[in-house]
Amino acid sequence: MTNRDFRARIFWLACNMEWQDQGILLSSRPHGENAAIINVFTRAHGRHAGVVRGGASRRMAPILQQGADLSLTWRARLDAHIGSFRVEPIRSRAALIMEDRLALAGLNAICALLRFALPERAPHAALFSVTEDLLQELTSSPDWPRHYVLWELALLSELGFGLDLSHCAVTGRCDDLIYVSPRTGRAVSRQGAGEWADRLLPFPSPDNIAQSLRTTGYFLEHSLAHALGAACLPAARGRLLSQLERL
Amino acid sequence: MTGPDGDIEALIALMARLPGLGPRSARRAVLSMIKKRGVLMEPLASALQRVAISARECVTCGNISTRETCVICASEKRANGTLCVVEDVADLWAMERSGVFAGRYHVLGGVLSALDNVGPDDLRIPLLRGRVREEGITEVILALNATVDGQTTAHYIADELHGTGVAVTSLAQGVPIGGELDYLDDGTISAALRARRAL
Repeated sequence: MTNRDFRARIFWLACNMEWQDQGILLSSRPHGENAAIINVFTRAHGRHAGVVRGGASRRMAPILQQGADLSLTWRARLDAHIGSFRVEPIRSRAALIMEDRLALAGLNAICALLRFALPERAPHAALFSVTEDLLQELTSSPDWPRHYVLWELALLSELGFGLDLSHCAVTGRCDDLIYVSPRTGRAVSRQGAGEWADRLLPFPSPDNIAQSLRTTGYFLEHSLAHALGAACLPAARGRLLSQLERL
Repeated sequence: MTGPDGDIEALIALMARLPGLGPRSARRAVLSMIKKRGVLMEPLASALQRVAISARECVTCGNISTRETCVICASEKRANGTLCVVEDVADLWAMERSGVFAGRYHVLGGVLSALDNVGPDDLRIPLLRGRVREEGITEVILALNATVDGQTTAHYIADELHGTGVAVTSLAQGVPIGGELDYLDDGTISAALRARRAL
């Protein structure tokens, strides 16, 4: 690189926005005849949108499937612009679970919830790691629904609506925790529940996934969706719950 | 600089809104039509007018036809007990181009999509259930796209038809004819490997 090229590059970087990161594809929507607007969840830049030129082409369409791990380079003239992505595939996940209806419902629910809940361009590195682990489980282990429950708890916690499941809000005991208070999101023991038991939610348990998801769903809907001004959660989560209830 | 004016400019602007055409190619197409007014433009205009009046959705399958019931649904030869479910009319036409499928079709009019908030009630799934019951269908072939939304819809329909006694099948996924392994994405290769068969 000559001195002149180097100076031009420095000037370009000073005037333009550019970053590289790894991301999980949450959605892809056709834009014009050849391009696509994608939404990705990245480690350092959070949920981010951008245009992929040729994203609707035959070559790119199989790569831009939900859940795919992508190497991304984002460029824009100004930070406020939507910008464009250059995309390199790292790993495809959708193709591995196309025949598994439950895993496919899980992938849909994860992507829909992230798109629904995360603010744009705010990094959530811890949630990114938990999401990567969950997606790894989704494609490799039938035990992934247990991890999904933990992921929803992590999502609530990351966005400021975390449940305190460490000890009973009434007695302070750490054992025999079987309820969660719908008002405070704190655990309640059998002894502490007393006559309020029928008004409390079941404690999330890996042995009963559907019941656990109804509890996390309560907080996702009443706390998170309410704070976002939405009336309900994405339908994809409801479809996952009904698939799990059928098991 | 003076270009085409009035109606011609309006025609170019309309043509430019068609898929595959931009302002420049629309201008070329319009110019070509004007030069071949008798052999191209007038027959095209009258064909457009006829189709604009008569084109409608087939009441049975959702195909686009100039009659209330499309040619495929009206043909008794096509009533062989198999029903091919496709997302869109373009997919139906693609299947017909292959000339291999001899049964009838059902156009869903889209797929379940969390992004676009498309639910089962927005598609022609209730009509599909009715057709399976009434037309003596023995096999439903789900010819939906190999995308997350397409396969989610396929699983949903398979669940809906569970217990009706019909066989529910889907198209195979794998290496396309003329495809080279070196150029395939890893997802297609893994799907093809899972669907391998003995020779």
